[in-house]
Amino acid sequence: MAKYETVIGLEVHIELATNSKIFCSCSAKFGGEQNDHVCPACCGMPGMLPVVNKRVVDLGMTAGMMLNCDINRVTTFDKKSYYYPDLPAAYQTTQWFAPVAVNGKVRIETSKGEKFIRIKQIHMEEDAGKLVHDDWTDTTLVDFNRTSVPLIEIVSQPDLNSAEEVVAYLEQLRSLLRFAKVSECRMEQGSMRCDVNLSVRPEGSDKLGVRTEMKNMNSISAIERAIAYETARHIDAIENGTEELVQETRRWDDIKGMSFAMRNKETAGDYRYFPDPNVMPVCIDDEWFERIKKSLPELPSVKKDRYIDELGLSEYDADILTQSRALCDCFEEAYAVSGLVKESANWIISNCMNVLNRKQLTADMLNIDGKALGKLILLVADGKVGHANAKKILEAMFDEDIDPEAYANENGYIVSNDTGKIEGVIRAVVAADPKSVADYKGGKEKALMALFGKCMKELKGNCDPQVLRELLIKIINE
Amino acid sequence: MKLYLDENKNAAARKVVLNDMMLTTELSTTAGSKMLEGYKSLFEAEAVTRLKAAGFEIAGKSNVGELSLGLLGETSYFGAVTDDKGNLALAANEIVKTTDAVGAVGLDANGSFLRGAALSDQVAIKPTYGTVSRFGTVSVACSGETVCVSAKSVADAQSLLCAIAGHDDKDGTSLSDSECQRLCADAPRESIKKIAVAKSLALSADEATRAKIHAVVDALKAKGIEVEPIDDSVLIAAKTAWNALMCAELCNNVSKYDGVKYGYRTKNYTNIDELYTNSRTEAFGELLKTAILFGSEALSTENYMPVYDKSLRVRRVICERFAEIFKDYGAVLMPVCSKTAYTEKDVADNKYISFDEASYIAPAYISGLPAVVVGGVLLVGAAFSENALLELAKIAEEG
Ligand SMILES: [Zn+2]
Repeated sequence: MAKYETVIGLEVHIELATNSKIFCSCSAKFGGEQNDHVCPACCGMPGMLPVVNKRVVDLGMTAGMMLNCDINRVTTFDKKSYYYPDLPAAYQTTQWFAPVAVNGKVRIETSKGEKFIRIKQIHMEEDAGKLVHDDWTDTTLVDFNRTSVPLIEIVSQPDLNSAEEVVAYLEQLRSLLRFAKVSECRMEQGSMRCDVNLSVRPEGSDKLGVRTEMKNMNSISAIERAIAYETARHIDAIENGTEELVQETRRWDDIKGMSFAMRNKETAGDYRYFPDPNVMPVCIDDEWFERIKKSLPELPSVKKDRYIDELGLSEYDADILTQSRALCDCFEEAYAVSGLVKESANWIISNCMNVLNRKQLTADMLNIDGKALGKLILLVADGKVGHANAKKILEAMFDEDIDPEAYANENGYIVSNDTGKIEGVIRAVVAADPKSVADYKGGKEKALMALFGKCMKELKGNCDPQVLRELLIKIINE
Repeated sequence: MKLYLDENKNAAARKVVLNDMMLTTELSTTAGSKMLEGYKSLFEAEAVTRLKAAGFEIAGKSNVGELSLGLLGETSYFGAVTDDKGNLALAANEIVKTTDAVGAVGLDANGSFLRGAALSDQVAIKPTYGTVSRFGTVSVACSGETVCVSAKSVADAQSLLCAIAGHDDKDGTSLSDSECQRLCADAPRESIKKIAVAKSLALSADEATRAKIHAVVDALKAKGIEVEPIDDSVLIAAKTAWNALMCAELCNNVSKYDGVKYGYRTKNYTNIDELYTNSRTEAFGELLKTAILFGSEALSTENYMPVYDKSLRVRRVICERFAEIFKDYGAVLMPVCSKTAYTEKDVADNKYISFDEASYIAPAYISGLPAVVVGGVLLVGAAFSENALLELAKIAEEG
């Protein structure tokens, strides 16, 4: 049997994290009641003119720089015409002639090692609305909330050869763009979507096979399944002549686990691109270019190496922290304040992550003040606050901006150094539990822990455990 | 015969007529089309807001060709307008001629607004592109369409222009306030000493039109202004290029009128494609359909480079030619149209007469340069030279 090579190129749509839409001042936030975020401009009424949201260009440039692209210093917007009820003006404003960024590359790592995927271009455009079908009344209504929400489309060269590479590439894009705060890249909310262009050819051949496109894939696992299915379908067609492959757009049905050709009408047509005369070319001067360049974050891979080589973190810890910009930012601030590397990392990886998990939040949503965390870590390290109470303070930090020390004082979480008071508590506990004292003296170490726990509880945790233990043993042995 | 498509009977003093391409909230805006019959906007045009702020009252919305297309207003779904001699006329000019309205303000892309003024011996100003906001106008051809003014006298036209010119954040092509202020009546200007006559364009007009050109030339010469004929062979290319650009942009701009969201919807449909097709087929007039087809072809993949892109390059060449002319001359004089009167028969005999007549207005529209209609002729000047052109217009007006 001949061996085959799968050739894949991706078009990835990413919604930009702007407050407002690309050409009007409507909110671009996800959610809201249907048609809450609309105005005459984004629902295609006569008389409105587009005014470019400069923040969109900032984020387009940021994405371009993060993916090692060349930035077009003069970038233009063009109109793409087609009729569909979710497109109120019957044209989409996009970038056809001079996209914001071109010729980039992204490094990925798979079981076969490292590889670079070339980026053809990144262009900015507006999203379309959403059709909502009501089966009961058999009517379709349209929700324009997403209309004109800014997107970038990242077009790769056909450099990907397996589902594994595709997944690595998408995860790399997501990591880089989240780090640069370009987008939350949440596939489940549709803020990251993917069109998969796939063809199959005999290994070693330099001629591309017939290419099919699967549109609007919105989960990584669905993309993996779709690639496996589509590859098998192509090979079957080539080897067994089961069907004639044609260049077409296909819809992936994840429930059936099959792809289907879309009706020709939905895919055919001439988009009649032309430069939008209402949007002046955007000229990116040196000042603008440098401002964006300076705002770029350290790449996650560079950060990870630095955490390991310079700060001495384990690869495991560095890996977890660099999953998310929010974790890195918090870690770096906490470390800057406390000067304690391991403790700062541990507090985030275990304690903060626990709270996030309990609240069902993602790592990106960590929003506590890293400097305050640093102060808290110092309070613990200096023995001023016990571990259990420190966790309570951390919990409070998720809800409000607090100063850990002031909060500890207010809530009586400061460790007492009053040995007289501690001794008093110990004597009372020991007197009340002669059995445990006898057990301990009889050699049962566990009995000491029970007494220790009771004392700690009486003291509300505000006691250096070392001091308590020493005093307890001293008093029992008196 | 409908002069007004919607009227404000309460308007008292300093009344201004708007052509029905200008959106208003109190009155309907139809753009002369069945598609928008009865359409009321949620917001008004920036120019309307500025007129009101300057103390003008809106008298009503004058009948206009569908999407302002056509020679004058004859393509209106609401019918053509004729003057007392039975010749075709523009409703805005007829109202100004027969009432106490100060003048008219309207969006124009194919010259009907300028032709209307010329044929009724009124004054019209097409200001420099970007000096008057297009926010709140029914888009036709965004790269050249301009909000224009007309009135019985140069002074009245100028007062309207000063009221509406100025920067507007809501229009991405709006120029800065310092540039717009150069249009104000009291802004410093450099008086024009020498003008050019576009020779072949002048010769292509009929005798009566040429007589008007000569009358204006004589009046200017009497005031010591030099007048010289020039070679206008480059400017002639503007016609085909502007027709292509205008139709292409128009095709795109009117595609939002699909019967789904507002406007006319056919009763005759069983699916979305029929809804689109039948609504548009039933609501659009013939010339608009012609323009849509022509524009759609111009933008198709196979025609984009030879037609659309080439037209953009012609635009640049024309701008360069004007710049060259303005090194030696303060303005270029040319006809506004080829005759001094048109009948309905003229239009019936030649459905594309407005595309042919674009020869005269296209150089100003494709380049975005200011133009003034006075004494039945057109004076085109350099960007922001409105005041200097109006000085010439006053001389021509006084004869
Ligand atoms: Zn909006």
